[in-house]
Amino acid sequence: MTRIDKTAAGAIGVEAINMTMRFGDFTALDNVSINIGAGTFHALLGENGAGKSTLVKCIMGFYHATSGQLLVAGREEHMTDPKVAQSLRLGMVYQHFTLVPSLTAAENLVISRADAPAVIDWRSERRRLDAFMATMPFSVPLDQPVSRLAAGEKQKLEILKQLYLGNRFLILDEPTSVLTPAEADEVLTHVRGLTQAGEITVLMITHKFREVTAFADEVSILRRGKYVGGGRVDEMSIDEMSRAMMGEAPQISERTRHETDRQPILTLRGIRAQDRSGLKSIEIDDVTLHSGEILGIAGISGNGQMELMEILTGQRRTFGGSITVNGRPYAATRAEARAHEIRYLPEEPLRNACAPRMSVAENLAFRMFDEGRGGGTAFWKDGRAIARNAVSLIDGFRVKTTSPAARIASLSGGNVQRAVLGRELTGGVRVLIVSNPCFGLDFNAVSTIRDRLIDARNSGTAILLISEDLDEIMELSDRILVMSEGRVTYETPIATANVAEIGQHMAGHG
Amino acid sequence: MEPVDIGLWGVPLAILGGAIRVSTPFIFVSLGECLTERSGRINLGLEGTLVFGAMSGYAAAYETGSPFAGVLVAAVFGAMFGLLHGWLCSFRGVNDIAVGIAMMLFGMGLAFFFGKPYIQPVAPDLPALSLGWWSDIPQVQAALQVNVLFIAGGLLALFMAWMFRSTRVGLTVRVVGDSTDAARAMGLDPDRVRLLSTGVGGALAGVGGAYLSLYYPGSWTEGVSSGQGLMAIALVIFARWNPVNCFWAALLFGGAGALGPALQSVGVSEGYYLFFAAPYVLTLALLVMTSSPDRAMQGAPSELSLTK
Repeated sequence: MTRIDKTAAGAIGVEAINMTMRFGDFTALDNVSINIGAGTFHALLGENGAGKSTLVKCIMGFYHATSGQLLVAGREEHMTDPKVAQSLRLGMVYQHFTLVPSLTAAENLVISRADAPAVIDWRSERRRLDAFMATMPFSVPLDQPVSRLAAGEKQKLEILKQLYLGNRFLILDEPTSVLTPAEADEVLTHVRGLTQAGEITVLMITHKFREVTAFADEVSILRRGKYVGGGRVDEMSIDEMSRAMMGEAPQISERTRHETDRQPILTLRGIRAQDRSGLKSIEIDDVTLHSGEILGIAGISGNGQMELMEILTGQRRTFGGSITVNGRPYAATRAEARAHEIRYLPEEPLRNACAPRMSVAENLAFRMFDEGRGGGTAFWKDGRAIARNAVSLIDGFRVKTTSPAARIASLSGGNVQRAVLGRELTGGVRVLIVSNPCFGLDFNAVSTIRDRLIDARNSGTAILLISEDLDEIMELSDRILVMSEGRVTYETPIATANVAEIGQHMAGHG
Repeated sequence: MEPVDIGLWGVPLAILGGAIRVSTPFIFVSLGECLTERSGRINLGLEGTLVFGAMSGYAAAYETGSPFAGVLVAAVFGAMFGLLHGWLCSFRGVNDIAVGIAMMLFGMGLAFFFGKPYIQPVAPDLPALSLGWWSDIPQVQAALQVNVLFIAGGLLALFMAWMFRSTRVGLTVRVVGDSTDAARAMGLDPDRVRLLSTGVGGALAGVGGAYLSLYYPGSWTEGVSSGQGLMAIALVIFARWNPVNCFWAALLFGGAGALGPALQSVGVSEGYYLFFAAPYVLTLALLVMTSSPDRAMQGAPSELSLTK
């Protein structure tokens, strides 16, 4: 099939030939060639550590490939610096947001332009921004500081920013990991529309086969730094893709559920609190969590789930209502959490549940370092017990770290997640409150974590699962609540749960 | 002109006059610190810069006979102190607060060392505008003797507010102060932006110092500053990193500082010295009142080591 280097509407193609990238002895990328034709939607599949990020960083000039060539719009280019990529109209949307939180969306857009004027005439800039927005398939509020935007809106703004900068080749690094299925479909549909119109070329890093089959034209699959397969999406089956990516078909574990006697454990009644912007309120009237069940809380990000988590962990003050555990009031102190055996896996565990600059071993010891023999508190630190604990958790939860003494901040997101989950699931656990436990993780990690949650549930642990991933909620929950605008607006047992109906309640039409 | 007895009206009038007179160094130091902190760095050394600015400004004014030459020299030395701070902080693992304290002591020590010969001589004062011409009351006229630097400070505050909102330089400083990563992704060099912001901040603090020695109190002594350089830093936090708020906060601090002398002047003979502590009490009270247990400090640049 013929590939074009440049479409009439301006999209450009990129070809990488025999790219190799070595870090010392480690070969992150081994002789990989991919060709992304102008105006196509190309998916890059691979597990964590397969070399996807290395490849795109070589394309964007963050890394200098050890060997190999790069053709942009048919011409060989040397990516010595990210600025070169920028000048060639190559742009990247990162998994971690690169927007400046305290600036408004409009300010972010204008200052990101290389030719931002020395004196900004806001009236004419606004006119131009509004005109630009009118041509875009989606929009975001321009006058709000970015810190007030929900994750989905930030992601949209990141993509808008690239288009605003006039970039014609976009690399999207897992763009939908923070979006709801409906939002993800919306964003990707629009992105696909832009590629079909020949306006841009897209290279999307993803884990989700559904997105590949629904939106991509072509796919390239990497495993352990090597190109292991690819081609036109409509000529490949999901089975072929997953075999190439994993080496074999993924082990979809058959999770069995055992029913245990359900007792109410955690009750929220009439909770009132402010949301993170301080403008809206969180009102939770009556929620009860039982032992041996997974209670899923679905909702689009920014509808109060994060605040609910903060209320439960004691990070957010409440203005009314009560939290009771086993009939007694609960204020989320360490002593109470320990007495009732309540554990947490908050969102962004590196920030909310770790001391980033302390070692992996120390972080893994947060629940046990002050526990003495016989339930009392210990005064002296027991280095050996901490080391034993670290080794057993690192092995048991397959945390990949260079050593237990490494800073936990040096671990990848999935490994931090597993480490914290390991810490929180060890010892007696009667209540586990988790928020987006599989955010941004690869297949294997997701599968292990979900297995662990079901195991815990089967042994009688009460699990409150707050997740923006509706598939995850549907897969794990026994009962589903939907949060919208800071309130619980819908409840259903899994037996009668219907994705369409839940989706409507998530979107606020009940 | 004969003084007219205006009774208790003297107190607010004296506070107003004091506010205008005392606030000018606060305005300059806090605007300088505001710029530096907006770029994500904190310069505690401004007290030293202020004192050195007072000394060098006085010396230059004495040697050249022109107070404005003194202001200029103070600004140049202030910028050098700021650049030194910024340069030291651009090394990995150097803490800006520790460097700031060292720079404060360094600046004061250097000022005392070079300033010895200038304690006796008298340098020309900065001119003031009489905005009280419309009144016959001499106290009003005295209170409305407004120094040119005060007016310059007010205009500078407006200019900086506009700069942060509507210029590339202003937005660049805010980007760097809010997210080093985002700044790098945009191809900005955070260290350079911070170096220059600290340099300009230092220059402004130097000007504040020149005001001290060239207008009020109006001579160079080793006790010329009573901690204005440090209080201005608290003032920036209270003003939530907004230049226009810095101006009003500086006026408030100046007014509070004038409370003690004002009470003394109307014949309150006991306990007035307690009011000398008014600015400090005010600082504490305002910071407590405007803080919130639920929300992070609004407007705080998130790269600031204070808020990290």
